Amino acid sequence: MNYKRKDRNLDEIRPIEAKAGIIKNADGSAMFRIGKTVAYAAVYGPRDLYPKFLQDPLKGVLRCNYNMMPFSGSGERVRPGQSRRSREISMVTEKALLPVVDLNDFPNAVVDVFIELPQTDAGSRCAGICAASIALADAGLSMKGLVSAVSVGNLNGTLVVDLDKEEEDIEGEVADIPIAMVKRTGAITLMQMDGIVEKDQVMKLLEMIKDACGKIHDVQTKALKEKYKGSMDNGDEN
Amino acid sequence: MGELIVNNKDIVVPGEELAQGLDYLPSFGTYREENFIISARLGMVNIDGRTIKITPLTGRYSPKRGDTIIAKVIDVTFSGWRLETNCAYAAMLSVKDATSDFIARGADLTKYFDIGDYLVAKITNVTSQKLIDLTMKGPGLRKLIGGRVIKVNTNKVPRIIGKQGSMISMIKDATNCKIIVGQNGLAWINGDPQNEFIAVSTIKKIEEESHISGLTERVKEYLQEQTKNMNIPKPTTHEEHDDYRGE
Repeated sequence: MNYKRKDRNLDEIRPIEAKAGIIKNADGSAMFRIGKTVAYAAVYGPRDLYPKFLQDPLKGVLRCNYNMMPFSGSGERVRPGQSRRSREISMVTEKALLPVVDLNDFPNAVVDVFIELPQTDAGSRCAGICAASIALADAGLSMKGLVSAVSVGNLNGTLVVDLDKEEEDIEGEVADIPIAMVKRTGAITLMQMDGIVEKDQVMKLLEMIKDACGKIHDVQTKALKEKYKGSMDNGDEN
Repeated sequence: MGELIVNNKDIVVPGEELAQGLDYLPSFGTYREENFIISARLGMVNIDGRTIKITPLTGRYSPKRGDTIIAKVIDVTFSGWRLETNCAYAAMLSVKDATSDFIARGADLTKYFDIGDYLVAKITNVTSQKLIDLTMKGPGLRKLIGGRVIKVNTNKVPRIIGKQGSMISMIKDATNCKIIVGQNGLAWINGDPQNEFIAVSTIKKIEEESHISGLTERVKEYLQEQTKNMNIPKPTTHEEHDDYRGE
């Protein structure tokens, strides 16, 4: 019943770090690290979309690709390439980002987001969404805001924020709920659940996540601003 | 009462509140939600009187009517050419807009422009579905022969060209290269290979440091340093002006 963490409080997230513009060939890119989980995101586009039947003449298409590298897990080698799991996560990532990205200016085109995880320790889809959101902003796309994501959970009655792999694997009544949120409006763009959790616990968790998402949002903002440090003055040269 | 939350020239991220109240007006790269004006892009805040807009610092080229661009021929069709424009959409150049020569129906259009050729062309129209029409009729619009084409950040093109083309003329004079910078983020450089190299590295330097003040001075110094050991003949005349400044 009384679960305790060694190095952080129950409502505390792991140490986070973010960087924008790290992949030079991409139109936008970012790295996001939370604890031992590291995600890289690269955005290409808007660009031509083929095959043609995928094109949408009304608005651009967002296409996400989530991929765990073979050596990224804690134990066994992750088989490279698409899997049921990675396709699902690609899909939910897309749905988590789509509400904030404005693609009306790019009919028949596509914006590709590639998320690669060289190292994972739970919370990888959340880290991927955080990185992708920075990368999309870095690619100069029109967005309503940045999406911040983190998981919350129930460990046999103890409510926690940002589970790591060890906690995820605890036996008993355990729930892991990844949530993505737009900080300013508080809109939730992703919420998945597996495990056992009570309704009032979920309500409590939704309160707990606000603070955590705020912290992540600050780091994301800082990463983007860091890229253009020292650019306070001119802008009148043209 | 309206109140600004950020300062002019601040760097902002999407979702950041820029101003409160109805006294300010949202312009490019911003939107209004309830009582706030909010940034929709990563970029620099530009407050001009009551309007607030964002000057983007990153992002791909989005085609605009009147822009002079550098484009590559990717296909020759029945009635014209299809060109790649360094954005998500290809452009069309019809025979009518390409030349004032008489071209018989079904003539071989590759005599004029062949696949792989680079052209300087002007955008005459962009539709809602982003179909781009080009013309070759205008001063300086032509096929590019020789030289090299490099990619630059579209948002930095005004900086590379400079005020009244000052920056680009400085590079041209120092390296004795012909340079054309297209609004779409492609630049063509033609000259002595060594000088071309200096011109390319100077443009890259401008791209990287354009947001830090004192740019012109630094570029001048850099060019002097680079061309110190080279004997570049000073161009005698300035009859050829290849730069196209936007805005």
